[in-house]
Amino acid sequence: MAGQTLYDKLWSQHLVKERDDGSALIYIDRQLLHEVTSPQAFEGLRLAGRKPWRLDANLATPDHNVPTTVKERAAGNAGIVDPVSLIQVQTLDDNCESFGIEEFRINDARQGIVHVVSPEQGATLPGMTVVCGDSHTATHGAFAALAHGIGTSEVEHVLATQCLIAQKMKNMRVRVEGKLGLGVTAKDIVLAIIGRIGTAGGTGYAIEFAGSAIRDLSMEGRMTICNMAIEAGARVGLVGVDDTTIDYLRERPYAPSAEQWDAAVNAWRNLVSDDDAVFDKEVVLDAAEIAPQVTWGTSPEMVASVEDLVPDPASLNDDTAKRGVARALEYMGLSPNQKITDIRLDKVFIGSCTNSRIEDLREAAKVAKGKKVADSIKLAMVVPGSGLVKRQAEAEGLDKVFIEAGFEWREPGCSMCLAMNADKLGAGEHCASTSNRNFEGRQGYGGRTHLVSPAMAAAAAIAGHFVDVRQFTQQPQEA
Amino acid sequence: MQKFTQHRGLVAPLDRANVDTDLIIPKQFLKSIKRTGFGPNLFDELRYLDEGYPGQDASKRPLNPDFVLNQSRYQGASVLLARRNFGCGSSREHAPWALEDFGFRAVIAPSFADIFYNNAFKNGILLITLDEATVDRLFQETEANEGYRLAIDLEAQTVTTPSGEIIRFEIDGFRKHCLLNGLDDIGLTLQEEGAIREFEQRHRQAQPWLFR
Repeated sequence: MAGQTLYDKLWSQHLVKERDDGSALIYIDRQLLHEVTSPQAFEGLRLAGRKPWRLDANLATPDHNVPTTVKERAAGNAGIVDPVSLIQVQTLDDNCESFGIEEFRINDARQGIVHVVSPEQGATLPGMTVVCGDSHTATHGAFAALAHGIGTSEVEHVLATQCLIAQKMKNMRVRVEGKLGLGVTAKDIVLAIIGRIGTAGGTGYAIEFAGSAIRDLSMEGRMTICNMAIEAGARVGLVGVDDTTIDYLRERPYAPSAEQWDAAVNAWRNLVSDDDAVFDKEVVLDAAEIAPQVTWGTSPEMVASVEDLVPDPASLNDDTAKRGVARALEYMGLSPNQKITDIRLDKVFIGSCTNSRIEDLREAAKVAKGKKVADSIKLAMVVPGSGLVKRQAEAEGLDKVFIEAGFEWREPGCSMCLAMNADKLGAGEHCASTSNRNFEGRQGYGGRTHLVSPAMAAAAAIAGHFVDVRQFTQQPQEA
Repeated sequence: MQKFTQHRGLVAPLDRANVDTDLIIPKQFLKSIKRTGFGPNLFDELRYLDEGYPGQDASKRPLNPDFVLNQSRYQGASVLLARRNFGCGSSREHAPWALEDFGFRAVIAPSFADIFYNNAFKNGILLITLDEATVDRLFQETEANEGYRLAIDLEAQTVTTPSGEIIRFEIDGFRKHCLLNGLDDIGLTLQEEGAIREFEQRHRQAQPWLFR
């Protein structure tokens, strides 16, 4: 019999019951809650007179609606100007309070983007099932946890039963082998993967990311990659456990206690695909061939290398694709065959659950150090993923590097990734963004998003247009 | 959840691939803490010429005359015909809530994104996956024939065209059962309380660090 994939192992370890119709009940170890997709779930519990099955499995924090300026945040919830946003955040506070769920509130140092907060606390552990009413829950798969986004009805279902009705996915492995070039990062890897397999390429699959280039990544880099599995259509992204995983988790607040640590590590070591495991689909990329990536369209699959040109719809055969590209170029205000490096920018956003961790900020700061944001840029902002990331960055002096270069240094939250708060693009504005979605209107009505790595975003802020960060970083640095 | 057994309805064609959930219902409407009232903002950025915000009177907003749902021949449509990878992007259940609130009971497409697929079925919306060629043909027929209606029978797993052609579709047994009977998932799962408790106890013994 063939060996098991990592996904197969995680699935079978959580299987409560299999039904004849192909559906199954799987047990959920961790549910993360935020203010946007939970109110209707709590309301459902109340209406049915139900209680959460297991309080300690839940952890909550407000992130989508919170303002990110120092001034607004100083006032706590009262600083949320939009009354509708305020109600949503207060509703999360009230629900957590009345049901007894642990919450890191708006001005708790541990507050932040839910997908940054949980790993940072050690609340995401290898071998767990993790769910959240947010598609970027795939992030947590970097820890060999079976993690995926769910809808609000499912949030209520997990609160009430600690289980999810699920169907087994198929297995895909994406291997990235070799060494990345200087200035090329995890974000470029995942954008290149999406460019290769398409935005629906992973639909129905759990994708395991493997290969030497993935092994070489830090946990932050692996989280960036798993985070965007959903942008390739896969609800689940996974990376097997190794020393990097275990070293990251040591002594985190929610990690196993000293007495349990060795037993936990022992169990975690098995959370890798067996050598003889069979995948339904396999894709291989050569890390050395990946250049810094920039999206030019309105779907993450509409991506190119920085040295490339914007595509010409006339060169495509498929009618639906041709119309899709033409529509995207019109929305984005770009011309066929335009150089990517000729795209001029209005705003730069460094943040989001994809790229707001300490390593991301270090990479951006390295590029920004001693330089100035171009005069043509209306706003360049850096939004740390959590209060603790912010604190760490300040301890390293990164805040000063950004501020001196002309970036705004903000308080933690989802910020301009989806503009449910005050941070947004105006109509027609082009933004170099380290977030995960370039959908129409995502960052603001009529806004034009280009997805890039933190280093590429920082370089674009300084140049005022896209530049190849590989050449940028080779330029002599000012003292 | 409302049941779905049989439905005959006017078809509206949305000829565009990769329709994401941000397009189905933009982020500013996700601030609501209710499950209802999203219909007026379904496809908000395609449907109106101005920027929408929560709490607005949508009847006073300028409509985009080019958008399919604004055309008089598609008024009252309850079956949406769409292209591949419909519903990609976020996990927001506000997307099916908006479709349902608008009056759609079924969506037909060559493929759907996984999370949206789950969410729609939890809200009594039937998603029918048909091959690209069949969907292409339905697009042509819908556009060519004003008042084009399809009859859907979930029990029989068929879509019947006005000319009497019967197209079969696949659906998994559990989703079909729940939809036909309008079943509450949570109630069903709680019938397995014993099995869940037993699993939980074993799980706690094997990995005590997962429990605090």
